[in-house]
Amino acid sequence: MTRIESIASRGACDPPVQAVLRAVHKTYGAQRALDGVDLTLARGQLLALLGPNGAGKTTAIALLLGLIRADAGTVELFGADPQTLAPRRRIGVMLQSGALPDTLRVGELLRITANYYLRPRALAECAELAGIGDVLHRPYGKLSGGQQRRVQFALALCGRPELLFLDEPTVGMDIAARERLWATMRTLVGEGCAILLTTHYLEEAEALADRVTVLARGRVLAAGTVDEIRARTQRTRIRCRSALAVEAVRNWPGVCESRVENGLLTITTLQQAEPVLRRLLAEDATVSALEVQRAGLGEAFTELTREAA
Amino acid sequence: MNAVAAMPLPRLVRIYAADAGYEFLRLLRAPGASVPMLAFPAMFYLLFGVMFGHHGVQQATYVLGSMAAFGVMAPGLFGFGVVVAIERERGLLALKRALPVPPGAYLAAKMVMAMLFAALIFVILAVLAAVIGGVRLAPTQWLALALVMVLGVLPFCAIGLLVGTWVSAQAAPAIANLIYLPMSFLSGLWVPLAAMPHVLQQLAPLWPAWYLGRLSLRAVGMAHAPLGPPIAALLLFTAVFFVLAVRRLRRAG
Repeated sequence: MTRIESIASRGACDPPVQAVLRAVHKTYGAQRALDGVDLTLARGQLLALLGPNGAGKTTAIALLLGLIRADAGTVELFGADPQTLAPRRRIGVMLQSGALPDTLRVGELLRITANYYLRPRALAECAELAGIGDVLHRPYGKLSGGQQRRVQFALALCGRPELLFLDEPTVGMDIAARERLWATMRTLVGEGCAILLTTHYLEEAEALADRVTVLARGRVLAAGTVDEIRARTQRTRIRCRSALAVEAVRNWPGVCESRVENGLLTITTLQQAEPVLRRLLAEDATVSALEVQRAGLGEAFTELTREAA
Repeated sequence: MNAVAAMPLPRLVRIYAADAGYEFLRLLRAPGASVPMLAFPAMFYLLFGVMFGHHGVQQATYVLGSMAAFGVMAPGLFGFGVVVAIERERGLLALKRALPVPPGAYLAAKMVMAMLFAALIFVILAVLAAVIGGVRLAPTQWLALALVMVLGVLPFCAIGLLVGTWVSAQAAPAIANLIYLPMSFLSGLWVPLAAMPHVLQQLAPLWPAWYLGRLSLRAVGMAHAPLGPPIAALLLFTAVFFVLAVRRLRRAG
């Protein structure tokens, strides 16, 4: 009966859930790392886990990987305990600091890791996806930081995972490598792979994520689609060349801030930008170089985490 | 429903074998680790067994026995212990625990690695002893010595593992040396115990290396004590240190 209910409430067409944290608590000594966290990741979904340092992101991932046990709450990976082997055969992992043996060659590392999986990807395919085809014969320790990151990404892919954990994957990568990684992540998600991504680059989350969960001090501050999170802040920034006095504009209704930046009048509105915009154009016929920008995920994130602090 | 079938046995065997092989290769390729492990016993053997050998073949044979025990302490303490400390600190241990590595493969690979190094040290010492030291042993004696060395590395793997789970990567080599050098000296592997103060002779049964020395010297015909007690003592040391270390390793995430 409960099963029918849960299917009905979720809807028959919803993709299957692959990883779950439900009301999870975890304390290290006196420090509360997670304080009642819920998190769900479904097939084909890219979830970005955001939060300032010490928010609990690494703890959340460690729980889902079975590295640690929760004090209370439910942790499930493919409906099973992540400390058992079977669900972990369906995941790929790229940790923040997974330093690999320096003296082993890239190809050897790939072979060792692929061995652990039931249906691994061919070595050449992994190398192609991660862009490391040219370094397969080189020892890992001789690679640059960005190349090492790509090798770690290749190891995460090699088991044909249905769920990929990427903990700050693009740190240390140049722009080309990062874009390539983004493209690969999109391809994998398109094939139905779920990805749990943590990152400090908000534009990365904005570009890739279907859903975002913002953590701070061990609690979920906000969870939803990128647009939903962005909508948490109504701020819009208007920039233009104008003859109007900054001080006058500051007193208009709806304006939260007004100043001159690089010779341009910069107005931040709190709610609707349109009335301010209408008045701006009505009062100054000489307005030029007009630019209107909705707050991005970055601004929303800053605002959310500032409120929590 | 469950799409994941169990891993077939041949695949499992392949995982354990590959992990052990690469573990050995990886350390062999790191000259900072492998050269001291392989060269020191050889060097000390030539120094104490051959060059300063005033007692001819007998000394060359005795020192073969003691350097055999001294030699196999290093792969366990350093190859196993120090490497675990580094991997724990640098995140490789966490990655291995997150990956679907079959249970025990991480430790088994390192144990086999240490045994392979012990075998290599046996070959080096045996060649030097036979060719330069003029040592002549019966085939069964050579075999016994090889066996003592390859299995005798295990208690030191256990001690090394405990060190590796306990101390930082930076402190691990120093701690391993603090165990390695004093223990090998106090166990009579440098200077025969008979030439040492009475107190130190009394303390010798505290050191795992002393029991290993009993066995390796017996293998080359330089000691004639019964086999049982040293084997039992080494098994006990191995079991106790492994249990303590594995418990710490579980918590060390």
